[in-house]
Amino acid sequence: MSKQTAPSETSTGSGEKSGTGVIDQAPPKAVAQQLKTVKQEQKQRVDDVDRETLIGLYRQMLLVRRFEEKAAEAYSKGQIGGFCHLYIGQEAVAIGAISAIRPDDYVLTSYRDHGHAIAKGISPDAVMAELFGKAGGCSRGKGGSMHMFDRKANFMGGHAIVGGQIPLATGVAFASKYKGTDQVTLCFFGEAAVNQGAFHESLNMAQLWKLPCIYICENNQYGMGTSLDRAMSFQNIAEKASAYEIASEFVDGMDVLAVKEATARAVERARKDYRPTLIEVRTYRFMGHSMSDPGSYRTRAEIEKHQERDPIKVFSSTLKEKGIIDDAALAEMEKSVREEVEQALRFAEESPQPDSEELFTNVYANPIAPGSQRTKLSNE
Amino acid sequence: MAVITMREALNQAIREEMLRDPDVFLMGEEVAEYQGAYKVTKGLLEQLGPKRVIDTPITELGFAGLGVGAAMVGLRPIIEFMTFNFSILATDQIINSAAKMLYMSGGQFNIPIVFRGPGGSAFQVSSQHSQALESWFAYFPGLKVVMPSTPADAKGLLKTSIRDDDPVIFIEQERMYGNKGEVSEDPEFTIPLGLADIKREGADATIVARSLMVPLALKAAEELEKQGVSCEVIDPRTIRPLDIDTILESVKKTNRVVVAEESHPFCGVAAEISLEIMERAFDYLDAPVKRVSGVDVPMPYAKNLEELAIPGVDQLVAAVREVSYM
Ligand SMILES: Cc1ncc(C[n+]2csc(CCOP(=O)(O)OP(=O)(O)O)c2C)c(N)n1
Ligand SMILES: [Mg+2]
Repeated sequence: MSKQTAPSETSTGSGEKSGTGVIDQAPPKAVAQQLKTVKQEQKQRVDDVDRETLIGLYRQMLLVRRFEEKAAEAYSKGQIGGFCHLYIGQEAVAIGAISAIRPDDYVLTSYRDHGHAIAKGISPDAVMAELFGKAGGCSRGKGGSMHMFDRKANFMGGHAIVGGQIPLATGVAFASKYKGTDQVTLCFFGEAAVNQGAFHESLNMAQLWKLPCIYICENNQYGMGTSLDRAMSFQNIAEKASAYEIASEFVDGMDVLAVKEATARAVERARKDYRPTLIEVRTYRFMGHSMSDPGSYRTRAEIEKHQERDPIKVFSSTLKEKGIIDDAALAEMEKSVREEVEQALRFAEESPQPDSEELFTNVYANPIAPGSQRTKLSNE
Repeated sequence: MAVITMREALNQAIREEMLRDPDVFLMGEEVAEYQGAYKVTKGLLEQLGPKRVIDTPITELGFAGLGVGAAMVGLRPIIEFMTFNFSILATDQIINSAAKMLYMSGGQFNIPIVFRGPGGSAFQVSSQHSQALESWFAYFPGLKVVMPSTPADAKGLLKTSIRDDDPVIFIEQERMYGNKGEVSEDPEFTIPLGLADIKREGADATIVARSLMVPLALKAAEELEKQGVSCEVIDPRTIRPLDIDTILESVKKTNRVVVAEESHPFCGVAAEISLEIMERAFDYLDAPVKRVSGVDVPMPYAKNLEELAIPGVDQLVAAVREVSYM
């Protein structure tokens, strides 16, 4: 399910169609077939990954899932305000991709950022506290759900203007090349961002200047309530890379290992040769666009069909069939993950609100009080 | 001290700062091989090389955002807009990313970047190429906005802006690139942001003027001197942070004030300055604050209409006479 095209290998503009993992109107038989395929492919991939990594990936996906279920609960109780965009259903994308980079590599993403933040190493405590608008949050309560940041983790933000993070990530990658480091940057965005000029401007610059940026389009097939076919004239996103002669891949986003492998190939290109890649990951969000989404634009049946390919369920059954993990170990892990999430919730609840003085801090790194300069100078 | 043009002063500032700090790079349309659309970046490619002096495609949103991203990880980009008219395409990255990153990251990511280029009215290029945008940028906490009116100020302020740890909007008046003045050659010559300059001392009335209006205000002051009115001319130089104290001190001395600008009046910087004077020095005023702005229409092409669209010396003289009840 993963097709790799790079300008040096095959012509990206060959017109060859990438197979999509899911076709919405597919009859039940076809869906069952797809499920079989993803499982088969995943089983093969498992052989190339060590046990500890496999279990780690599974645990991270489960952690993000349970974390967000808890966040949804807290949101309903009014403990979390504003917008809250859940990642449920898409976990394999952030976790697979981020597992293929080093801790000193960079990640930027959109407002749907809780999973990426945790995957990049921000503690669930700090992410939950940020959702609660508390001082212990990873952005000290000033960013909220859409703006997780952590300098130490090189997590460069959730960004809330659709497509806004794409030029930023391109700049972070530019800086790595400028400084001569071998760090790479992962830039995640939804498929709706592909229609923004920022996407096209960035890909052009990235290939023109050979920047180590990996663009990961999480194609969950909807931008809020607008389905892809109502918004994009040519819907093969991976193939759009050919307009810029950028290497690209199409990946099944319900298979964490497929995402990991594709990202690893892109990382290699970026680290060694400063070459960018566009990866289109076909995925699906099981929840509404945000907590306030009534979801009238799609049917329950459609969602359920995709839930059959739930990346966590698919992966656990693969791991069981391969004898990597058993039911007892899974139950044990479920327990420890739930404890970790409970701990995050407690941390967020107990963390103090930001001091009211914080309203005025961090506007400038070098604040200059209006009118103070003359007195300051004459005192010197 | 040497007498050089504003263009040369800006060139020196960029050159010196790039030589001083390898993290500074310059990026924009035609900045390298073409030597700058207005020749401000002349010779920089040759001296500093293509890694640091970079021609871009025409992709303002893209390279503005790229600059902000690079600044997040410690580089100090100078992003040139061929003219500030084109910065309008980049405002999402300037406002939503550069101005807010430090705040919404809880203090983790400051953005040391300079967005610079010519702005304000140009000569006979009609509406899309001739406009003053400082009030847009000055509106946003998180940005600093600088508008020099002399070659010395241009050099000193640009050097400080490049060294500053925050995003700075540095607007050079397109008509003033050829203006000459004395400029220090000391590589450590800088001028602090947020410090107004008293361009001329006077006792009877204050003219607050920035950018293109400064030389006009000085001419008006000369004319008024002949009529027996001694004018003080204050150039804030930095719009945000604004050195309101220097303006207030002057107003408290002269008790009469005219605020001049070439921009549109509505929601403009002069409106803000006038309000601050009213709030903080009302009791010192002997006449209502008088604002002189460009007219509230897009810039026309025809020479005679264009001349009518921005304030001239005569209008400034008349305004001072009005607040002096002459
Ligand atoms: C420039 C801009 N326009 C509109 C919005 C409102 N908005 C927020 S998310 C969204 C849909 C984006 O969909 P997509 O990029 O596919 O990401 P997904 O939500 O599916 O993860 C819209 C329209 C916005 N935040 N920014
Ligand atoms: Mg989407």
